[in-house]
Amino acid sequence: MEPSQSLWDFMAQQSDKLWSQTVAHIGLTCISLLIAVVIGLPLGIWIAQRKKAAWFVLGFAGILQTIPSIALLGFMIPLLGIGPLPAITALFMYALLPIIRNTYTGISGVDAAITESARAMGMNPWQVLFRVELPLAMPVILAGIRTATVINVGVATLAAYIAAGGLGEFIFGGIALNNTNMILAGAIPAALLAIFFDFLLFRIQKINLKRMRKVSIALPVLLLLLSSFYIIPKTQNQMLAGFTPEFMGREDGYLGLKSEYKLDMPTVVISDAVMYKAAFEKKLDVISGYSTDGRLKAFKLLTLEDDKHIFPPYYASPLVRKDVLVKYPELQPALELLTGKINDSIMTDLNYRVDYLKQNPEKVAHDFLVSAGLYKKPSNGNKGTIRLGSKIFAEQYILIQMYKELIEGNTQLKTLSRTGLGGTKICFDALTNNEIDLYPEYTGTGLLVILKPSKKDLKNLGGDREKVFEFVKKEFLNQYQLQWLKPIGFNNAYALMMRQEQAQSLNIKTISDLKIHSSNENHQH
Amino acid sequence: MIVAEQISKHFNGIRAVDDISFEVKEGETLVLLGTSGCGKTTTLKMVNRLIEASAGSISINGQNIFEQQPEKLRRTIGYVSQNNGLFPHFTVAENIAVVPKLLGWDKNKILERTKVLLQQLKLPVETFGDKYPDELSGGQKQRVTVARALISDPPVLLMDEPFGALDPVTRAGIRKEFANLPELQQKTIMLVTHDVQEAFEMGDQICLMDKGKIVQSGSAKDLLFRPANDFVSSFFENQRLYLELTALKFSDVWQWLPQHQEVSDQKLDSKTSLWEGMEQLSGFADKALSIIDSPTGERRSISQQDIQNAFNQFKANI
Repeated sequence: MEPSQSLWDFMAQQSDKLWSQTVAHIGLTCISLLIAVVIGLPLGIWIAQRKKAAWFVLGFAGILQTIPSIALLGFMIPLLGIGPLPAITALFMYALLPIIRNTYTGISGVDAAITESARAMGMNPWQVLFRVELPLAMPVILAGIRTATVINVGVATLAAYIAAGGLGEFIFGGIALNNTNMILAGAIPAALLAIFFDFLLFRIQKINLKRMRKVSIALPVLLLLLSSFYIIPKTQNQMLAGFTPEFMGREDGYLGLKSEYKLDMPTVVISDAVMYKAAFEKKLDVISGYSTDGRLKAFKLLTLEDDKHIFPPYYASPLVRKDVLVKYPELQPALELLTGKINDSIMTDLNYRVDYLKQNPEKVAHDFLVSAGLYKKPSNGNKGTIRLGSKIFAEQYILIQMYKELIEGNTQLKTLSRTGLGGTKICFDALTNNEIDLYPEYTGTGLLVILKPSKKDLKNLGGDREKVFEFVKKEFLNQYQLQWLKPIGFNNAYALMMRQEQAQSLNIKTISDLKIHSSNENHQH
Repeated sequence: MIVAEQISKHFNGIRAVDDISFEVKEGETLVLLGTSGCGKTTTLKMVNRLIEASAGSISINGQNIFEQQPEKLRRTIGYVSQNNGLFPHFTVAENIAVVPKLLGWDKNKILERTKVLLQQLKLPVETFGDKYPDELSGGQKQRVTVARALISDPPVLLMDEPFGALDPVTRAGIRKEFANLPELQQKTIMLVTHDVQEAFEMGDQICLMDKGKIVQSGSAKDLLFRPANDFVSSFFENQRLYLELTALKFSDVWQWLPQHQEVSDQKLDSKTSLWEGMEQLSGFADKALSIIDSPTGERRSISQQDIQNAFNQFKANI
């Protein structure tokens, strides 16, 4: 994104998306609210006469409320899949407590003398409820609906994690891409919606008791109307793609897929956390992922070949301080023992063991070195100490342990591990500030996050593995006196993935194959 | 009109009302008198089935109330409660129209009747019809409650401490006003109160209750001058002289009043209470009043001293 672009420009440019997201957001909020009112109101009325049931129902609704929203959405996936249904269900659960509780409080709070006189005049229980109790409890009930609405407008942003749309698509895309305009384009309308609904219901709440009877009719109608904004997408036989918000906004992601491959298939936005599982459960057919992610193996997914090279290479290789390599010349050969030994599928397997089989990263690394014949007993030398750093995920832990054993086995150097250094920025700063001596880095990250070359340079590099590596190597040496050693071999880049069996049955191996298949599908429909 | 036989109410094993019987004749007012928790309100509410009796039978106009649908039964019985129970979201006119609407009256009939009733209660419908209860004073609210109870002209009226929420001055005024209200004259009324004066003023028959039982039932004079036990006599100990003077009419002490002399133009009926006579004479030691016994046309003339003498004679002759 050009830094000069203003928020207004962005919103104008993306007005189509913004509008559809806002409509989806209102729809999600109102449908779930409507269901919550339809169920919560009678339940609240019912428990107002039954104190024991009240304790139980309010307790249960209270527990629902305490479940973290993202976890609740996660629970929904195996039960209801992805898309609007689980999102609405989760939102409904959040809206339930304030509505039940306020209905209960409102009805219980009606002066007993008034309901008694209503009965004494010969009203039957329904007449007492509709003519006396409900109108008198209405301000309190409305306060509950108001609370639920504001909660729902907020929580509905999370619906973007499970492919239900809404303003969360911009918000989470913006966070992932560090694009402030995009975040604000989602966050400001969401905040305005919350304020608007709150104000609207505040006004309704302030309407005096006299007109309350009309309100109790008008409100459901209004809700229904707003709900109808959101038409639940029709079920389709077509293949469905689910991409992370970050992927959606990247040139080396969805935008590239559209411009280079002309890929045009139904697409939803979904969180990285639930995406793999959704693909496994056949809720999605194509997802964006990382090519060495352990979940690939766990969920029997296949990466499609990027035959037009739109995803830049993310080859891993040790990034080392130049002065350390000069001081200990034996270090480089020891580190490069790993070169060419780990390809994508091996790395995926190692990640899988740590992430899914919950094996210790040290043990996984050690076992691999032993089986590859690279392991030597530590020589317990005393020549100096090499400080190893790593980012905070399994792959890096595994690599660091391998380097530790390789250094201690093949040189007289000792090692000190400083794992879990957060993200790229922290590792890189630690390295340039001489707090660590090396950490494993990826060429794509070095290029895009640290060097941030001009568009022209990027274009020249294309997705070429050698060119990127040479460019990064040269620039790091010049600018930071840091040395990229030879790549280990695997490429942890963006990739499109499908279920193995589906890819095989459709005979799809590359992204171009996918494009051809989905175009044919579009024709048929 | 209302006959209750051996009715009881048990709440979780506590006998709130314990095997009591009473009868209210048509056009009479029965007062249930007693301290808080004696069971008087429970007894009243069993009559329109706001509280269901645990045992016993109640009939109104010969019909067993337990065989009727509670809602339908209640529409034929006026009810006035202590805390007025007006609907805060209804106007005065709408509050009054509740029962007729339940009975399916047409709009004009409701409007006419509301007009007449509010006129009698000195709340002209033009001024008060569209007001909400919280815009009214305590006394006005209570009048609206009475209007609401009377609108469908029910033969039976139940009143649960109808003036309990009012200050003593307003209470005395409204009570008098209601006692003279033509609408109320013909009604069979059951009234609950803890106020002895109120009971004596309103009640043709008074049931003094304690611990769920009726201790004594009868007229004010019966309770005062022929108490059934110590509880009854001690219940009225507080203002005994005043109560006795209000309970006694000149007709009760006729035989001890002096012969008539032409003393003044002021005449009182023999149904007037001794207390009222004394009030008229208060401050005039030598003044006298004429009393006429309307059925016979006999006359007596009295001074303050004469009233005291007659009262003492009456007490001595019980």
